[in-house]
Amino acid sequence: MAPSMSPPPTAIRWQSDTDRRTCILAGDWTVHALARRGEVAARRRALGELKDDTGWDLSGVTTLDALGALLLWRHWGQRLPAHLTAPPIWLAVFDILASQPIAPAPAVERDWLAPVRQLGDGMFAAMSHGRDLLLLLGQLVLDLGGLLARPHRGPWREISAQLYQAGARALLITAMVGFLIGVVLSFLSAQQLRMFGADLLIVKLLGVSIVRELGPLLAAILVAGRSGSAITAQIGVMRLTQELDALQVMGISHGQRLILPRVVALAIAMPLLVVWTDAMALLGGALAAYVQLNLQPAYFFQALPRAVSAANYWLGVGKGVAFGGLIALVACHFGLRIQPNTDSLGRGTTASVVTAITGVILADAVFAILFRSVGLL
Amino acid sequence: MTHVIDARPQEDVIQIQDLRTAFGSHVVHEKLNLNVKRGEILSLVGGSGSGKTTLLRQMIALDRPVSGVVKVFGQPVHGGSPGRRRALRRRWGVMFQAGALFSALSVYDNVALPLRELRTLPEDLIHDAAMTRLALVGLDARDAAKRPSDLSGGMVKRVALARALALDPELLFLDEPTAGLDPDRSDAFVDLLKDLHRQLGFTVIMVTHDLDTLFALSDRVAVLAERRVIVCAPVAQVLAVDHPFIQGFFLGERGRRAQAELTPSRSV
Repeated sequence: MAPSMSPPPTAIRWQSDTDRRTCILAGDWTVHALARRGEVAARRRALGELKDDTGWDLSGVTTLDALGALLLWRHWGQRLPAHLTAPPIWLAVFDILASQPIAPAPAVERDWLAPVRQLGDGMFAAMSHGRDLLLLLGQLVLDLGGLLARPHRGPWREISAQLYQAGARALLITAMVGFLIGVVLSFLSAQQLRMFGADLLIVKLLGVSIVRELGPLLAAILVAGRSGSAITAQIGVMRLTQELDALQVMGISHGQRLILPRVVALAIAMPLLVVWTDAMALLGGALAAYVQLNLQPAYFFQALPRAVSAANYWLGVGKGVAFGGLIALVACHFGLRIQPNTDSLGRGTTASVVTAITGVILADAVFAILFRSVGLL
Repeated sequence: MTHVIDARPQEDVIQIQDLRTAFGSHVVHEKLNLNVKRGEILSLVGGSGSGKTTLLRQMIALDRPVSGVVKVFGQPVHGGSPGRRRALRRRWGVMFQAGALFSALSVYDNVALPLRELRTLPEDLIHDAAMTRLALVGLDARDAAKRPSDLSGGMVKRVALARALALDPELLFLDEPTAGLDPDRSDAFVDLLKDLHRQLGFTVIMVTHDLDTLFALSDRVAVLAERRVIVCAPVAQVLAVDHPFIQGFFLGERGRRAQAELTPSRSV
């Protein structure tokens, strides 16, 4: 049915008498009629401009509801016109409207300083995050000290559980991703190196880049996505269900029993995952080198220790520890900040992963600068 | 389980003096004073937003006041050594509104947790204590193996109560204990609480909206309005106070129905 752009023949009719014009309304003036496409606009056009001496006849209106009445009410300027003929039931509807004047829509104030305000708010938010993170770090150091001083009272079961979740269960994904990246990197580099006849350099290229940079970074990104979001969500939900309050009320410290185990577990699991990812990536690289350059895997793994000095290896492992601790700390921080609503939970976990990955990359840059003269010569 | 009869006179277990709490610029309590006597059941009522739950949280040291003192068993809940505060915490139990059971643990482990936290009790003793607590609230060994996510609303509350009672506390805090329970379960819970109170003799502070629970259990009622406790007295005296909130809360339609249902059977 084509949209009707003119009023149905019966809704509004104008009649000119000797002294005045009369508007005769009829038919259906309910939401169902008015909801048709273009209906309200058409009727408003047919009503035209309001004149004081216009007569109004509503006797032919079959149904009128609040919406229809409001359409007319608005047109009449929120009062009954002087010359109105209508059955009592419709008059009653207008009486109700008359008894409760509609307040005008609040004026929308344009806040010209909004961008400045947002910048300021952003800075305050960042400072607040920074402050809370610092407090968390401080408490962590204290708890770590407590753990070392009284190891038998440590949260070992929690640490072990977190280690399994963050470490053991991430082996498959890191293996897959590591292997594939190794293959891709090897293929690309092999192409270039072959042009210069420097095929054998692939070992050193792959070895150093994977062990020193890619392995730790890949593992960190995967762990941030996996465990970082899980930790944030878990702690966030514990806030929602008042489990955090219950812990506090029983005298169980959050720092010691929630945060420390996760940081310690990730700081232990990450370097192990880095070594694992390195191994998988180098395997992939060796395979691709064999396919592409006919480089025997035996040669590849023999040349590796000579090409990559031990310093690179320890650097990678050290990065793993740092990244692991960072990811866990950030995840716990965002988890504790989650408000009791679902929107906050989504935003908190997103922010946690993004901040963790950004932090990891920043830390990586710092490592690169600090250790630029180590292991590359 | 026998309980040592307490021959001490009715002293104050909780003393709140001149409490002022605020969230940012929003002041919730101002010059609030409240004393809770040993062994009584005190109900905390007030309109929405009057700060009942906030007051409860202040008593169990989950939040700090802006000014004022909260003392439990004669000791301030904040300040002092962590050891003193930990010892104080072991003397009360809290039942949160939605139960706040630890979702990672089974029902048994939830109830056993406060006992395990003492780190000095052997597992067999912990097992006996936890199972008797569960039996006290009407749950058996089969329920003990379940996880919180497998439980119905009524069972969650019962497990939460068992956990709150794990260390045989002298003080029990309940936040809306019958909220969300159907009338049958509500009655059962009220009876359970009455029996336990008679058996174990703890002091109860209960935040509640539910008039039936209130009339059935309370020794005294503390009414929160205008940012302080306007009256703290037995129900009959509270009803006589001419304050718009009290008149509306207790003597509206619901209030009068709840009263009428209760008065014939209520034992003094």
